[in-house]
Parts: sequence; structure tokens; C-alpha cells
Amino acid sequence: MSFFDKFPAMERADLRDLKKGIDSSFKEFSRSWGESIEAFFDPLFYFLVNFEKLLLATPWPIIIAVVAGLSYLGSRSWQLSVGAAISFLVIGYLGMWNNTMSTVALISVATFICIALGIPIGIAMSKSDRLQAMITPVLDIMQTIPIFVYLLPVVMLLGIGKVPGLIAVCVYAMPPIVRLTNLGLRLVDKEILEAADAFGSNYRQRLFKVQLPLALPNIFAGVNQTIMMALAMVVIASMIGVKGLGVPVLQSIQNQYLALGMMNGLAIVALAIIFDRVSQKYGKRLQRHREGGSDV
Amino acid sequence: MSDYKIEIKNLYKIFGPDDKNMVELVANGLGKQELLDQYQHVLGLQDVNIGISASSINVIMGLSGSGKSTLIRHINRLIEPTVGEIIVDGENVLAMDQDKIQDFRRFGASMVFQNFGLMPHRTVLENAMYGLNIQGVVTSEGEKRAQHWLDRVGLSGFEDRFPAQLSGGMQQRVGLARALATDADILLMDEAFSALDPLIRADMQAILLDLQDELHKTIVFITHDLDEALRIGDDIAILRDGELIQKGTPQKIVLKPANDYVADFTKDVNRARVLTLNTLSHDVGSKEGLPLDGDLPIEQAMQQMVESDYNLVTVMKGKKAIGQVSLRDMVEAISKPKSTGSGSTTTYR
Repeated sequence: MSFFDKFPAMERADLRDLKKGIDSSFKEFSRSWGESIEAFFDPLFYFLVNFEKLLLATPWPIIIAVVAGLSYLGSRSWQLSVGAAISFLVIGYLGMWNNTMSTVALISVATFICIALGIPIGIAMSKSDRLQAMITPVLDIMQTIPIFVYLLPVVMLLGIGKVPGLIAVCVYAMPPIVRLTNLGLRLVDKEILEAADAFGSNYRQRLFKVQLPLALPNIFAGVNQTIMMALAMVVIASMIGVKGLGVPVLQSIQNQYLALGMMNGLAIVALAIIFDRVSQKYGKRLQRHREGGSDV
Repeated sequence: MSDYKIEIKNLYKIFGPDDKNMVELVANGLGKQELLDQYQHVLGLQDVNIGISASSINVIMGLSGSGKSTLIRHINRLIEPTVGEIIVDGENVLAMDQDKIQDFRRFGASMVFQNFGLMPHRTVLENAMYGLNIQGVVTSEGEKRAQHWLDRVGLSGFEDRFPAQLSGGMQQRVGLARALATDADILLMDEAFSALDPLIRADMQAILLDLQDELHKTIVFITHDLDEALRIGDDIAILRDGELIQKGTPQKIVLKPANDYVADFTKDVNRARVLTLNTLSHDVGSKEGLPLDGDLPIEQAMQQMVESDYNLVTVMKGKKAIGQVSLRDMVEAISKPKSTGSGSTTTYR
């Protein structure tokens, strides 16, 4: 009974031909379409490059002032604001200024793209159960598929550099904002929506005056998660040629440079903490109406 | 029949995937329970016909599950009917397209909700302004109008609070101000005061009656509380299992319940407060009684009779005597419900 002893797998030669077929057709595809796809992403590339240049060209005291100012605007907490300024001073003192600016540029642009794409997708998902059923598995794949698996076709299409790195970061970091936008909109109290309808709101008024403002805390949690996940991708993105704090970390793994790895790793952690605390505090402030009792 | 502001005609609502085909079964006498058991459809409303007069408070009453909240949501079409018509000012609401129904909701009918339906992210003033925002009124004008109505419901000084910072009664005042601010002729109130405690509820009823004296809106008021219905209603309709059982003035409901169900409903009511001299008045006799206005509830009439040592009232309409009521008539009316419907008056189970 050889049927039970051995799994009825495909013939080795057939399997090899199948894989070869897929590979060669993808190569064919990337050869004929690679340039136009690259051209499609050009605006993104210039945006990222110029933003990075701007950060690098700006004198460091101004950057630190802006960081401290934004932290304060977001969190209304001077401790956090001072903490952020000190972190940046230490980072600069330890010679990681330029890499940090590159990473901040990448994270900012990636977050911006994720928000710009993710929130509309989340809104669409919240309107339709069918769309939700279709998109949810895609989000699952985006979050769980080993990064190298989709990095490879991206690199084949676009080569090594900033744009494929940015795409890799976005693929990984976008799911939370989509999920939480969808969730937040679905959790809005049905009675309040009924009231909005009863006063004759049209679709847009209902969305912008009622649903989105009430879903904002959840959406903001999504933004926070997206930023965190983008930061987690910094080292991996450096493997395909994205400059930034990931590059020295990668070097230190290959060469056993303990101190270099630690410093740059901790710089990433510092960025993460600043982004996280500021965005969380800001998200909390958006919910001030939920507090009963005394005036705000 | 067109002296009604709102006319509900042959309205059916059945919840379920095959609702249209169930209508005939229900029309032929299939009950709520059988419909559920045999066809897995839920009967919401069956063959409801109600005329709602303009400029009056029309109470629709029933216990939970009687379909009253479903009915009121048909008037501004928050719920789609299975079949039927609702004619408002000569136009069938149930046949309006999306734009028209939106306009009707903006300008024609506003609503007050049981659990207030306020928007937690908007301040009191912004909430009261919501309907005006939707109408497209400019902010400065809208603020003025919203402020006016907030003042009218006694919320001056709370404009910048958030709803979560107010008590239930105050929140519902915001809900009322929001509904009044749109200037719609029709005010739909879905158990508007049911979530409030008794004292606050009485307060709100007084506010509503005060406002109505001046505004003369067409109010459709849903409640499960008979005392509330009798206090504020010019007209009361009683629903049971989605069916209209009786419609009439509060006096008529109390004096002549259509069946045992209504009689049972009304048996604990303070009849002396509901019944007026007019309802008991009969032919003028020769004897002189205490002259009192016919709209006076007999509770107050009796009090005045005792104080002035009369045992007969001459019922007056303006300066004219239109009948008389004896103390004995009053005692009888208070103590013994008369049923004109089927069955006995005493017990209903």
C-alpha cells in the first residue's frame, strides 16, 4: 500500500517547472512593467527624499525646538516635552543625529501614507459587512506573512532603496489603522446615529459631524499602533537599503559591535517612546468630553 | 378626513425576510404568536389607522412590545414600512425619495428620544444647534436660535458643558431644545420622559405643556405610562400587539374603555383628576348649583363644593349654563368604572 506510506505529492520535475514558471513570468512582468511602476512611485520617492533633506538641512537647535514644541502641543505636558528634547540631545551627542533624522523622515512619511490610505479603507469597511469579510483576511496576511516573502517581489520590481523600504514598512504598519477605524466607526452608539438620521443628516454630515468625531479615540489608537509598527520595521527596512538607525544595528549584528547596536537600538526605543506617549496623551485629550462632573 | 395633520392608513410592519407575503396572512387573522411560531416573522404593526390632529398632543400608548416605538419611527421613516401610507400635509411620507425624506426630517418633523440621543462630543449649545447645522443655517444665526431654546427650557448658563456633565433631566431638556430649534411643525417624542425619575418627569411634562400652550405643534408622544398619557394627551391611542385598540380623549378612555384590556389599564387611574365636569354633565335642572367651568377636573370641583357647602354644580360654558352635576354623580363616576366593551368590568387577566 504505497499510497499510505508516501504522500501523493506532485512529481519533483513538475513542481520545479511550476516554480520556474512563476518565477520567470514574474521576472518577465517586472522587466516590462518595472519602470512604469517605479515611475508611479516617483512622487513618493521625491516626497521622502526631500523631507529627509529638509530635516538634515535644518539646524539642530531648530529641530529640537520643533520636537519639544510638537510634544507639548500633543501632550500638554512639559515633562514629556523636556524629556523629548533631552533624548534628542543625547542622540545627537552620541553621533546618531543624521541617522535619526532619516528614520524620523521614514516613519513620518510612512505614517502619513498609512493614515491617508488606511482611514478611507476603514470607513468603507465599516459600511459594508461584505467588504469587511473581504479585507480582514488581507489585513491578516499583511500582518503575519514573513516580511522577506513580500520584500523579495518588491525588490525585484523596484530594486533596492527607499521606496521599496517604505512600501515594506507601510504594508506592515497599515493594518492597525484600518482595523481600528473600522472598529471605532462600528462602535458608535446606534441611538446617536438614529438621532443624526432623524434630523435629516445626509451621508457626509453623518460621517463628519457624528461618526468620525465619536470614533476618533479608536482611530487615534490605530495611528499610535501604526507608528509603533513602523518603528519596528526600521531595522528590516535597512536590509534593502533604507538609511537610518537600522543600518548601524544591522552592521553591529554582522560584526558583533555590541555598543553600536545598543546605542542605535536605544535611539529607536527613545523615538518609539516619544511618539507613543505624545500620541497617546493627545488621543486622551480628544476624549475629554467623556469625563463627567467638573469642567475641563 | 383631511383635517388631520398626519394620517396613518393601513400600516403594516412585519419584521423578517419575506414580510410582504406575510401581510395577507396577518390581515386574515393570523396572530402574533402563530406568525412567529409558524413563519418566524415578527409582527410589529397590523392595520394601524390613526388620524392625528394638528396643534395637539397625541399620545400613543402601549406596553413594551406593543409596537408604539415602531409606529413613531414610521412617521419620519426611520423604519421602512411593510405596506401602508402615512400622509403628512397631503403627501405620503412612505413614498418620498431620499432627498425628500431628508428635507422632511430637517424641516418637517423633529424628534426627541428616550435615551436622549445627544452627541457626547458636542457641547450643550452645539447639540441644540445640530438640527440647524444640518439645515444649513449659518453659525451665528444658529447659535442665537439654539440659545433661545436653551433659555426656554431653563438651561441658560450650561451652553458650554458636555452632555455627560448634566443630569438626565437636563440632558432631555437639551434634547427638547434641539428638537424645538428646527422649527418643525411636528414633534415626535419617543418615550421622551420615561428614563427620568418621577419628579423630574412631572417637571418636564409641565415644561412641555407650557411650551405647547404657546407653540401649538403637532406632537406625537409615545409612552407606556397611563398617568402621563392622561396628563398631557389631548387624544390617546392605545396599541396592543401592534394593533390599535382604542382612540379617544382621555375622558373617553377612562369612562368608556373599549374592552377589558383598556379597562384593566385604566382601573388604577386617579379618575377624579382625569374626568371633567363636562364629561359628567347632564340636563340642567331647576336647582341652582355652584357655577363652575366645564373643563374643571372633578377633583377640583369637589374641593370647591366642599369649601362653599354646595352639593350641586351648574356646569358653565363661558356665561352660559350647559348642565349640572351632583356630588353623587361625581362619587359614582370616581368609584365605578363603566365598560361598554365585551365582558365584565371587574377582572381581566
